[in-house]
Amino acid sequence: MMRIPIADVSSRANHTDSWRILRPDIDYSRCIRCMICWKFCPDNAINVSESSEIKSPNERVARLEAPVIDMDYCKGCGICANECPEKCIEMSYESRGGN
Amino acid sequence: MSGEVHDMPFSIPREEFMEPGHTACHGCGATLAMRYVLKALGKNTVVSVPASCWAVIPGAMPNRTLDVPMVYTPFAATGASITGLRAAFDILGKEDYNVVGFAGDGGTADIGLQSLSGAMERGHNVFYIMYDNEGYMNTGVQRSGSTPYGAETTTTPVRAEKNFKHQQKKVVADLMMAQGVPYVATATVAYPEDLIRKIGNAKKIVGPKFIQVLSPCPTGWYFPTEKTVEISRMAVQSGMFPLYEYYDGKLRVTKPSRPVSIREYVSAQDRFLHLEDEDIERLQATVDQRMKTLLDKERETSGA
Repeated sequence: MMRIPIADVSSRANHTDSWRILRPDIDYSRCIRCMICWKFCPDNAINVSESSEIKSPNERVARLEAPVIDMDYCKGCGICANECPEKCIEMSYESRGGN
Repeated sequence: MSGEVHDMPFSIPREEFMEPGHTACHGCGATLAMRYVLKALGKNTVVSVPASCWAVIPGAMPNRTLDVPMVYTPFAATGASITGLRAAFDILGKEDYNVVGFAGDGGTADIGLQSLSGAMERGHNVFYIMYDNEGYMNTGVQRSGSTPYGAETTTTPVRAEKNFKHQQKKVVADLMMAQGVPYVATATVAYPEDLIRKIGNAKKIVGPKFIQVLSPCPTGWYFPTEKTVEISRMAVQSGMFPLYEYYDGKLRVTKPSRPVSIREYVSAQDRFLHLEDEDIERLQATVDQRMKTLLDKERETSGA
């Protein structure tokens, strides 16, 4: 049988966190869970979490699922912070140990 | 498609067919285009990709980033490739599979135009998505037929002679409309709901479907990576990239809801940094003219 090359290792194996210069942080006490950051993430690095432990501005919002940034894959482009209607995502310089 | 599309807060389908860990640049518009297209089409889809940014975004062998099969095809052959894939699926009795050509603007407006035109003319039941980043971005920002007037690229360097691109953008969606393709639309990544709705409309048509998706490129348009969606929105609101949909012989144009001037659009990107007032006025005039032509055609085809 002819063997043809098929790529079948998910790119999840390839962490892209070292690409990040700016790091996004969500201030959950102001996040209204509109999911606009999730919608516009080109790296698909924002997951949806059902955890009830995440802070929220009020009880109604606390019942909604929350966006959680996966720092293994976030490249720090900043689209989430730019599009956030509540401006509750802050970009700051990434600090990794060793410098 | 799931019924939750219009539910708040999720305005687009939740299921993902593109995985993280791909090697696209920061703030890439083309990856957003692929993400939305696959959300709209679902699992039973095969994507054919020629040489383009998307040929390198999945990473090196043996990595893949899509959860649907992706076929690599020679630069000029996207149209031929989807023709063959469609025929193979039909022989296997898998008529419900979506066959999608996903090519950049170089592989569509320049190098792949003949095979695209041929595939559309033969009338196969395929999608052709052109993600338009207005240049050969993968190979280092060279000018393409789809690069707009006034843009600096590495093959139209500005320097003292003001050698920016002096020709107008070739809009492939307009060509497809002139060719009589049953479904033609333009969309952009700032309006994913609109893009997904358009693919839903296209899906109802058995025949060739062409959608041009403007995908801003921070690397090649020289703007900050966080501005991708903002620039994409401004392209529509300034009239630089009008959104429309054409099927059943009728054209429907989306009028800008919060218009901005061309000056605002070009000053947000450094590829237009060198433009002087007269150049911007010339660009504004052609944009206005094109919008007028589209609105005239909309009136003409509405049957009123």
